[in-house]
Amino acid sequence: MKSLLITNQQKAKKINTYTNIVLFVALLAVLVVIDMTSNSFDMIVKVLQKGCVYAIVAVSMNLLNGFTGLFSLGQAGFMLIGAYVFSIFSVKDANRATVFSFSGEPLVDFELPLIVAIVLAGIVAAIFAFLIGLPVLKLKSDYLAIATLGFAEILRTIIQWDKLGRLTNGSFPISKLNSFKDLLKDTPFDKLSYVIPFFLVALVCIGFIALLIKSTYGRAFKAIRDDEVAAEAMGINLAKHKMISFVTSSFFAGIGGAMYAVYVGSTNAAPFTSALTYEILLIVVIGGIGSLSGSILASFLYIASQEWWLRGLDSGEFMGLRLPLFRNGFRLVVFSVIIMIFVLFFRKGIMGDKEFSPVGLFNGIVSLPKNIAAKFNKKSKKSTKAEVTE
Amino acid sequence: MDYILAGISVGGQYALIAIGYTMVYGILRLINFAHGDVFMVAGLIMIYATTAMPLYLSIPLVLIITVLVGFTIERVAYKPLRTAPRMSVMISAIGVSYMLQNVALYITGGLAKTYPAIPFLSDTVTIFGATTKWVTVITPVLTIILIIALVLLIRFTKIGIAMRAVSKDFETSQLMGVKINRVISVTFIIGSLLAAVGSILYFANYPSVVPTSGAMPGLKSFVAAVFGGIGSIPGAVIGAFIIGICENLIRSLSIGGVSLTPFSDAFTFALLIVILCVRPSGLFGEKTIDKV
Repeated sequence: MKSLLITNQQKAKKINTYTNIVLFVALLAVLVVIDMTSNSFDMIVKVLQKGCVYAIVAVSMNLLNGFTGLFSLGQAGFMLIGAYVFSIFSVKDANRATVFSFSGEPLVDFELPLIVAIVLAGIVAAIFAFLIGLPVLKLKSDYLAIATLGFAEILRTIIQWDKLGRLTNGSFPISKLNSFKDLLKDTPFDKLSYVIPFFLVALVCIGFIALLIKSTYGRAFKAIRDDEVAAEAMGINLAKHKMISFVTSSFFAGIGGAMYAVYVGSTNAAPFTSALTYEILLIVVIGGIGSLSGSILASFLYIASQEWWLRGLDSGEFMGLRLPLFRNGFRLVVFSVIIMIFVLFFRKGIMGDKEFSPVGLFNGIVSLPKNIAAKFNKKSKKSTKAEVTE
Repeated sequence: MDYILAGISVGGQYALIAIGYTMVYGILRLINFAHGDVFMVAGLIMIYATTAMPLYLSIPLVLIITVLVGFTIERVAYKPLRTAPRMSVMISAIGVSYMLQNVALYITGGLAKTYPAIPFLSDTVTIFGATTKWVTVITPVLTIILIIALVLLIRFTKIGIAMRAVSKDFETSQLMGVKINRVISVTFIIGSLLAAVGSILYFANYPSVVPTSGAMPGLKSFVAAVFGGIGSIPGAVIGAFIIGICENLIRSLSIGGVSLTPFSDAFTFALLIVILCVRPSGLFGEKTIDKV
């Protein structure tokens, strides 16, 4: 019986691997087709780009909050650093003088290759994370959250300081940045410069985090999450592992910030408020705390419904309906109601703490009617019980 | 002098908001992220109310509606999650905050709404050679009166004793027959009421309200609550006054000819981080001991 079980598991694993490869190739093909046929301003391109950016940051936040149990709200701050470092080194030479015309002669008067600037953005964010982590990581739960949130706000103020104008352009945006389009010009990949580069960067970042979580470090992180005292008793160096998790997470948040700058095409400090951190946190929770594939899935669903699918609610016509209620801003009201429903009734998120697997998906779909029926039974039982006690 | 006066006034306004944070945290161990937005909603209601009715009707109306909003939020968004992990409730609070902002955005159409000039409060007065609005003088006095009332309520009434019991030990007091849900509702009602009063005083100094105007004062009041030791009402009040005064003093300072004005917000958070590193439970917070 036992051996049968094992072979079944192995079989499922094999099926999973093959199907995953097939799905991945199919996805890549679809993206290539989208890239070839779309313009840079098409909604699907925008949604996929922003989805990739959010996926990187959401996964990095999940590493910290979901896998290490450190409740940090500093993600927007590290994205801000990433976005600025990238932008400072990516203003096109020809445009630098006009971009900085209000702030004096720019301190950085050269541009770095796109990829180098993105990696540098991550590194600088990681260095800041290390310095911030030294005092802050000793704090527990809510205090850690509020301290990291505070640091993010401090960074935002410093960056907008007019005395740093020659470096950061003060409160003016840094625009005319390099893009993947420029990078891939005159190469055979010219046509693939909208979605595919974003997708590849996200793939590399998320792949790295997934490998980290599978390693001994990842297991130590989970041990810390489940019980700090027990983990320490087992010989896990708490300070060291928390720091590794914090710095890695911030590194990728920095890269996410840089990609955000690439996506927008210019950078200023306005979008990187604590509201952005909350948004990412909501994505992580909707996807399932402790599930990477959940975070990725939730990022794309979140961005697509926020930016695209509910658009009709703003412009007056939604799914054939026309109501005077539908005017500017209604989309976000509906969207936040959907989020509240998720938060209240699907507490575990889309994936819970499981990862995506085709066999799991298949089993899930097959047993869906059964589960729903079970849920209803439980509810009706509960309500009868309540009536009896009353 | 100007700055200190302004600081005391802002401190009083922060104190009124901070009490809402600290009481909810004391009882539910929840950072109520939506509290700052309740404060903003109170501001918006005031704007809409004054266009339709005279002042002596609109102010009580603002207080009542804000209390209803706070009460409803607790019932709809937090009560179903009573047994859930703390993280879920906090996420729910963030969701509510997001929703209030979006609803406000929808209703106002994204335009900044001008705050009405309240007679008397907006009139100017000269004290100690500093010219200021009446609201600056009234705020600290009103704050202190309200806080004394609150402290008396918590000390001597039945519901106050129940509140203290619940904040000491949630489960035991439930076993002792304290009606938890009622206590929590009352906490939210008091918190929202004080936030509404704070909002009237706060926005009297500002020309307009936008959907995100609750975020910064909310965050700072929360910082004040943490600074004073979250869960402690005197701590929150003292923390709020310290932060209000420091923040305004920073505006007047300059180091080596470089004005520190842009850093008044950042300074608040720097102060918080320093305090957290030196005394992790705040100035008046209870020390917690980890049990294995």
